[in-house]
Amino acid sequence: MSRSRRLVVVGASLAGMRAVAAARDAGHRGPITVVGAEDELPYDRPRLSKAFLDAGTDPVVPTYHGADSLDAEFRLGTRATGLDTASRTVVAGGETLRYDALVIATGADARRLPGFSHVDGVRSLRTVADARAIRGAFDSRARVAIVGAGFVGVEVASSARARGLDVTMVEALPAPMTRSLGATVGSLLSGLHAENGTVLHCGVTVARIEGDGRVERIVLSDGRVVAADLVLVATGAEPATGWLAGSGLTVRDGVVCDEHLAAGPPGVYAAGDVARWRNPLFGRHMRLEHWTNAAEQGEIAGRNAVGPHIAPCASVPYFWSDFYGHRVQFVGLPSEEDVEVVGDVAEYRFVVLYREGDRLAGALAVDSRGLVPRLRALVRNRAHWSAAVAAMAKPVLAAG
Amino acid sequence: MRILLDVKRCEGHGVCAETAPELFRLDDDGELVVLFDGDEIPAGQEDASASAVRVCPVGALRRQP
Repeated sequence: MSRSRRLVVVGASLAGMRAVAAARDAGHRGPITVVGAEDELPYDRPRLSKAFLDAGTDPVVPTYHGADSLDAEFRLGTRATGLDTASRTVVAGGETLRYDALVIATGADARRLPGFSHVDGVRSLRTVADARAIRGAFDSRARVAIVGAGFVGVEVASSARARGLDVTMVEALPAPMTRSLGATVGSLLSGLHAENGTVLHCGVTVARIEGDGRVERIVLSDGRVVAADLVLVATGAEPATGWLAGSGLTVRDGVVCDEHLAAGPPGVYAAGDVARWRNPLFGRHMRLEHWTNAAEQGEIAGRNAVGPHIAPCASVPYFWSDFYGHRVQFVGLPSEEDVEVVGDVAEYRFVVLYREGDRLAGALAVDSRGLVPRLRALVRNRAHWSAAVAAMAKPVLAAG
Repeated sequence: MRILLDVKRCEGHGVCAETAPELFRLDDDGELVVLFDGDEIPAGQEDASASAVRVCPVGALRRQP
């Protein structure tokens, strides 16, 4: 790519930053403009729902180092509002930016409870501003109600309980963490909440949020009333694609891309939480909201955007979580066709294998870090189900 | 070029071991094992080491000239 060609990256979080670094690494000498909706310099999100909330000294915002060495122009506090692929322009902050190559890395926004978003004391957790507000509520001994028992909800519940706060968690589905781990495994882990003092109500939703000026209580669909000073809405995230309306890009719960992360029009790529790409390893489209995915895709999209060579993105999904002192790691996909549980469930030290057809689709490791590389290799190699079950039976029993 | 491991930060995710299997591996307890002596990146492992730094989800690896 010549010196005059311009790369525009929309989104200044992990995927966007990796795209910039990879483009420079690939020899792109032209100008790079990064558009970021938040005012903050790019930072790392995983810790916001984990260590950032813990008691003790004020946490440092986990800012990315090296942003200044990338020779990119940052437009922070600026939202992109439009894309025209015919004229190759992005509208951001009222300004029109021309691009030769574009990486869309706008991530995902926290889903809101319709009608409740403007009540004081009702928060999501997505940004560092959210994390600071939640930490502040923890510091003032808030009674905490958490709506949604996915990973963010469970991690925040764990942090709040570690500080001795009253925590009630409300989940619409019959078990926690069903979307990411499946109902069977969600049930295996649900006992952890009561054991650690978190009150968990499953199969109910929020009917009303009540309070005079700010939240005082939530009323559940079964009539139960939960007193709360902080309501965390942790019902998942939605890809930030609103600004792409009318752009002609195919948007279907994310920007639909091919295996090279190309979105269709010349020079346009997407990466991270916003991208629904065809993962050649599984032969289907998927969208992931994981750190490792954003890092990997940002890098590939950045390289592919500036060329001249393009590479596919074939990846084994991976995420981890920490709650109530346990480390949970997941590789692959949580197919619900069949699961095989190996290890000590009562002690929360076990592995779960997930079957899809005759293959291993994914695996969960609870407090079994040493087994994760093997699990990842089995998923990457699309291991046969029977072979995977045989491979894991022995080491887990030995470790247990 | 050297590669430095911040042992306090490392949580044993093992992504580096998959990216750079000649440089790192996880033992059965999930502890990271460095497979080369000293900090100097072995010959031929420049790219692998750079990838390992990038994939570490907790920023425990860093390269230094």
